[in-house]
Amino acid sequence: MPIVLEDVWYSYPNGVEALRGVSLTIGDRDFVVIMGPNGAGKTTLVKTFNGLVKPTRGHVLVDGVDTRRATVAELARRVGLVFQNPDHQLFCETVEEEIAFALRNFGFTEEEVRKRVDWALRAFGLEEYRDTSPLALSGGEKKRVAIASVLVWEPKYLVLDEPTLGQDYAQKEKLRKLINELLERASVVMVSHDIEFIVDFRPRPRVVLLAGGRVLAEGRAEELLTDLELLKKASLVRPQVPEILDCLCDLGLKVRTDVLDLLEARDIILSAVGAGR
Amino acid sequence: MPIVEVEGLSFTYKGSRKKALDNVDLSIEEGEFVILTGPSGCGKTTFCRCLNGLIPHFYPGDFEGQVVVAGLDTREHEIWELSQHVGLVFQNPENQLFCLTVEADVAFGPENLGLPRHEIRKRVNWALKATGMWELRHRAPHELSGGQQQRAAIAAVLAMRPKVLVLDEPTSFLDPAGAAEVLSIVARLNKQHGITVILTEHRLDMAAALADRVIVMDRGRVVLNGPPGEVLTSEEARKVGIGIPKVVRLYELLAGRGLRLPRVPLTPREMALLVAEVAGIADSA
Repeated sequence: MPIVLEDVWYSYPNGVEALRGVSLTIGDRDFVVIMGPNGAGKTTLVKTFNGLVKPTRGHVLVDGVDTRRATVAELARRVGLVFQNPDHQLFCETVEEEIAFALRNFGFTEEEVRKRVDWALRAFGLEEYRDTSPLALSGGEKKRVAIASVLVWEPKYLVLDEPTLGQDYAQKEKLRKLINELLERASVVMVSHDIEFIVDFRPRPRVVLLAGGRVLAEGRAEELLTDLELLKKASLVRPQVPEILDCLCDLGLKVRTDVLDLLEARDIILSAVGAGR
Repeated sequence: MPIVEVEGLSFTYKGSRKKALDNVDLSIEEGEFVILTGPSGCGKTTFCRCLNGLIPHFYPGDFEGQVVVAGLDTREHEIWELSQHVGLVFQNPENQLFCLTVEADVAFGPENLGLPRHEIRKRVNWALKATGMWELRHRAPHELSGGQQQRAAIAAVLAMRPKVLVLDEPTSFLDPAGAAEVLSIVARLNKQHGITVILTEHRLDMAAALADRVIVMDRGRVVLNGPPGEVLTSEEARKVGIGIPKVVRLYELLAGRGLRLPRVPLTPREMALLVAEVAGIADSA
């Protein structure tokens, strides 16, 4: 059973309309990335998934349950949300306690808690910080603790708000591996601006472009993330591969531009140059 | 004479057993734009702190070697004095801005130097204009976007009139539009005002084209040091694991199939022009 949003509207108490009629389905083992400018409503949108934000109009159904009829605690077991800013999430005295916190709350046995915490510390390269206060870590390390502390209870839907922020290349590639593994048994929804990171996933996620609280477009990455006009509306920079191909078109070489894959771009350029010679 | 000269620099933070910097030698010429990159924990931030004297004056530890910036040995000059020669901008602008308006934040440094009023005014106005923050000078920093906040932080540092601007991952918490905004301001300060720039950065796809030189650090050491095209295509860069921009990867893939471009492109437009050149298409740009 999926997460279903039906014509969801949300206004903050100060009157700001953050969501204006969003309809969206997150299926089982679905992989979705939500992109758009600052203030588009991306973070508000993902907060509706676990009931932190309850729609002022419309419905959000998580596995058939209306989020207005469930508590965040009930929904959290299914929908794990990792906030953009780890400082909004971390509060325990050590990294180990932080990662174990939710597991204990969900009633996992102590043995299982220990096993899972050890796994998470290893998977995120945090072993040396087991007894360190999360607050003493760098921005990138805090981010990893925040992701680990949610991923560890294996929610059916994992929602990551800007997971690559402040991460270096190696950490981003580790995160990619973890997400790929996770996709074998869970759904992953990512809010991200990191377009070059997104386009390197195989298979690529479905893309939802959000602007002004509405869905601007939804579809395949190859279609949406190569469309310059659309990307401009979403304040995104076009990935380098379609940008190169588009520049080549401007120079008079007839090539396709709806391409994100490097090897495909290589072959397109080779045959275009071969034909031109 | 180089504006930054580092010789045999090693540093170990107090309480740590690992050397954060391990025998670093570097020299940077006045007016250069240098990118410093490498995995988290490679020593980039520690190196930045050495350039403005935060190390050894603020962070205690074992310091060996010598850092000379604008002719001043950082061990012999205090932070307030060095700050008039080297400006350091941090990753998170919220840590740097604390006044009620952008203008007050930018004036804070020169006011603390006890400069005459008209000189403070002159510097503040210049710094606000050079960073494109003039129109926003009466706004509160927390009302600004991330890119604007970071530009305000740069303006605050510029008001000290440094010759060297050191930026420690200034774009890593910004969205792409904000990152582009900050990088273009930094490039302008370098090209138009001749300010030497040392930028630590992971987003090489956006930044590499701006730099004269890329330096890669790993485990406290400098492992690569050269022009961007050379460094980004080296075997060592791959081993260390820095994000190679797609244009450079495509350049290599084409070379692997026998299509050699005359040089390593750093932007999509440059790549397209080089391909068109090789294909014998008349320059229609």
